Amino acid sequence: MSPVATVTDLTKQYRGVTALDRVSFSLAENRIYGLLGRNGAGKTTLMQILTAQNFASSGEVTVFGQHPYENERVLSRICFIKESQTYPSNLAVRHVLRAARLVYPGWDEEFAQRLVDDFQLPPQRNVRKLSRGMLSSLGIIVGLASRAPLAFFDEPYLGLDAVARQIFYERLLADYTEHPRTIVLSTHLIDEVSDLIEHVLLIDQGRIVLDAEAEALRGQVVTVAGPVAAVDEFARTGAELHRVLLGGTARATVRGDFGAAEHNRARSLGLGLEPASLQELVVRLTTQPNGHAPAATTAGATSKEAAR
Amino acid sequence: MEEGRPIFQQVAELLENSILDGTLVEEGQVPSTNELAAFHRINPATAAKGVNQLVDDGTLYKKRGIGMFVSPGARAKLRSRRRDEFARQYVQPLLAEARKLGIDPAELKHMIDTWGEN
Repeated sequence: MSPVATVTDLTKQYRGVTALDRVSFSLAENRIYGLLGRNGAGKTTLMQILTAQNFASSGEVTVFGQHPYENERVLSRICFIKESQTYPSNLAVRHVLRAARLVYPGWDEEFAQRLVDDFQLPPQRNVRKLSRGMLSSLGIIVGLASRAPLAFFDEPYLGLDAVARQIFYERLLADYTEHPRTIVLSTHLIDEVSDLIEHVLLIDQGRIVLDAEAEALRGQVVTVAGPVAAVDEFARTGAELHRVLLGGTARATVRGDFGAAEHNRARSLGLGLEPASLQELVVRLTTQPNGHAPAATTAGATSKEAAR
Repeated sequence: MEEGRPIFQQVAELLENSILDGTLVEEGQVPSTNELAAFHRINPATAAKGVNQLVDDGTLYKKRGIGMFVSPGARAKLRSRRRDEFARQYVQPLLAEARKLGIDPAELKHMIDTWGEN
């Protein structure tokens, strides 16, 4: 199956700042991707370039086998819901939905109306008078009801409470099941989406540091705690990502291929072993506030940050 | 779903548990991939992978156009496989913990007998 989008050696520079640094990956058809990374990592720039809203400095981008720029055939099949989507201020909710219906060939009006009810959005209200959460809901409704073969949701949640986010996840999953398509979810709420996404793309400082199946990552990262010597010994079976010390006791996050044998081994070393979440892996693989780039993306590398 | 283990494995195990406890009967229909995905709030591809694993090992079988069903004899087969795993999964850690606390095997047996009576 040919990929929906292919990015090769994509670089974007803004006045000497490298926002994207030789990024390469592809998006397969009908999958849900999690595009993860810290603020400023380059996620939005990447989505802007894929949707022809920004230009690459160098590198190659093809979407549905073609260049997206000024390409109606490609653009009509893409939907990009931005973090702070703005609408012409004289429009009411129903006008925004009517415009979306004209733009997206796959638009499902009945589904859109159901979503309006689900999110309790007042159709007659002017977009200027919508709360932050209501604006986010409106974006989500457009993104879902467009049924675009390639949809990007860039942090679509601003102002949305936990209940509304849950509605979003449930409707997304149900509709995706009925109408498979490629969805890219850019989010900081990793724990909330970790069961939904099939593939993880993690960007850090403009580079892809992780491009992997979500299922393959589960169980790949564990936290072990116990006597320092035992932790040292166990940590050698993988790549140590993080460590904190408390007297003679250490807690280390280790990435590796951990099966039953390694679990038994931890137990026999007297270590407590717990699987780490996708969120924890992401935190450990991305640049920390002290500016230290993580050293552990390659096997065998270790970064020991001892806490005082 | 639980962290640390592939979700498809957990889906397969949950279905196995339902077969073992009789919630799903032999020759009975199994929830569809889409129903499993919606119920567990997981990606349907992942749910399908869990179901397919059980089809591959013969626990479930597919009726074209209708859905998935529990194979005849699946329960007995699962039981014997789970019994083999029981020692490793439960007895081994029990012994390890007992050793750590200085409980000798005789004392442990006595405990099991006492607790088993209640």
